[in-house]
Amino acid sequence: MASRTASGRRTWTFYLLTSLFAGFVLFLYGPMIVIYILSFQGETGGLTFPMTGFSSVWFHALIEGGRTGDISGSFQRSIVLAAITTVLTVLICVSAGLGFRRRFPGSGVVFYLAVASLVMPGIFVGLGISLGFQFAELETDWLISGLGAQLTWTLPFGLLVMFAVIGRFDRRFEEAARDLGASAWQRTREITLPILLPGIIGVGLFGFTLSYDEFARTLLTAGAKNTLPLEIWAMTTNVTSPALFAVGTVTTVISFAVIGSALGSIALIQRRRSRNAGTH
Amino acid sequence: MKISPVFASWLQVGPLALVLTVFFGLPVLVVIAASFFDFDHMAIVPAFIFDNYEELFTSEVTLQLYLSSLKFAVIVWAITLLIGFTVSYYLVFHIDSLLLKIALFLVCSVPFWTSNIIRMISWIPFLGRNGIFNQILADLHISSQPLEFLLFSDFAVVVAYVHLFTLFMVVPIFNSMARIDTRLIEAAKDAGASRWSILREIVLPLSKSGIALGTIFVVTQVMGDFFVVKVMSGGQSASVVSALSNEIQQLQYPPAAASAVILVIVVMLMVAAILRVVDVRKELAS
Repeated sequence: MASRTASGRRTWTFYLLTSLFAGFVLFLYGPMIVIYILSFQGETGGLTFPMTGFSSVWFHALIEGGRTGDISGSFQRSIVLAAITTVLTVLICVSAGLGFRRRFPGSGVVFYLAVASLVMPGIFVGLGISLGFQFAELETDWLISGLGAQLTWTLPFGLLVMFAVIGRFDRRFEEAARDLGASAWQRTREITLPILLPGIIGVGLFGFTLSYDEFARTLLTAGAKNTLPLEIWAMTTNVTSPALFAVGTVTTVISFAVIGSALGSIALIQRRRSRNAGTH
Repeated sequence: MKISPVFASWLQVGPLALVLTVFFGLPVLVVIAASFFDFDHMAIVPAFIFDNYEELFTSEVTLQLYLSSLKFAVIVWAITLLIGFTVSYYLVFHIDSLLLKIALFLVCSVPFWTSNIIRMISWIPFLGRNGIFNQILADLHISSQPLEFLLFSDFAVVVAYVHLFTLFMVVPIFNSMARIDTRLIEAAKDAGASRWSILREIVLPLSKSGIALGTIFVVTQVMGDFFVVKVMSGGQSASVVSALSNEIQQLQYPPAAASAVILVIVVMLMVAAILRVVDVRKELAS
């Protein structure tokens, strides 16, 4: 490899790049860790150090609502919305990913529609949906227009993940099953989907986290009731207490729990597979 | 009953096509239509007028907004490209253990799955007047006066953008670099190439599609952003979309729609220009 000299010693670039990488990781996580610490700020403390104590009063402030807005309500809506978005994203993207393995008339159009939806500024999509609902004299609602707006963001991502996953899939497994007389549905259910499962969990992870944190597209389409990112956005303009950081800590804990369980189950599946492969 | 393969594919892709048509295709058409509408302070009036565009193109503010957005896009692009390339290069060519490689890659990508708004806010305690950065400077006796330009400035906007969007650069560049056949590099080394010329003549050209993909992501994200500019500049800077969102707040939908249409055309031209330089489809297809 490029990182070693002929005698096998690390080159100076290795140490330089290692420290640069460490710096990058610090840059990524440092500020986030600081706000988790500051969310336990004492009652009289402000938005930065020093800590005037160690308390959970800012978390209580969230639950009680009042000045910090409707955090618990918006939190529940965000979870429900993310869950629905995840299920729909997985179903639609897995199905579409399998369909895209053949070239068919119109496949290019759908693909470019997805790519366009991915790079389109979120507020454009939100504006279009909200105007469309206005013209059709429908009320925007987080569960209808909000859901649709988020799908225009999660579906293209899920589709790209599916492309990457399917690209690594060995079709000989399917052909072998076909030779053994399996029907198309049996092949999909018993061969293709189980093999693709880790990737499908990945699609779900994207679906959940992208929906749970979505802001630009949801802003104009959520209707009367806010999702959590919209509520946080409102807080940035009128809340100047560590309660803002407490929200950050809570939502990051949720994100980490989802990421952890998704990655954990992927790792578990992979390990079980390599173990089974070893015994055969 | 046997269904044809083409029909089967359409059944499988149908739901995706339907959702994207209803919630993306149609809304785009609605915005385009609305950009020609008339309005008064009460309602939007269907019409076919060019006033919204005329106003947009005759206003000096438009050009300033685009220059401001482009400035951010270029600066952020350059920084994220440098970081993204370095990080990917390190992970792909300096980390030998596959497990460690995956672990470090995940360390880089986990923040992507957490809230953007929270990650942006997390810079406030750092950059503020009494923030950590200024405290460190004071403790080290580097500067007796707190630096005022850190928070609520263009500097803060760029820092937040880089923090939010570098991953968009890391992931595609890492992907294309990881696909480079190491035998190619071994061969170049055997033929006496220096590490610098390997980097320039093998790694860089073979990472081009990843760089292009990352560029598209970063540029479109920055051009489409408004909340970072709004919060981190403290209202001092503006972007195309922050001006647009102000118009929406004042219920001036037709001018907002016209402004959105022009923005998308500009962004699409930028994407097309990038695609002209590099064929990204190769990346997606393989």
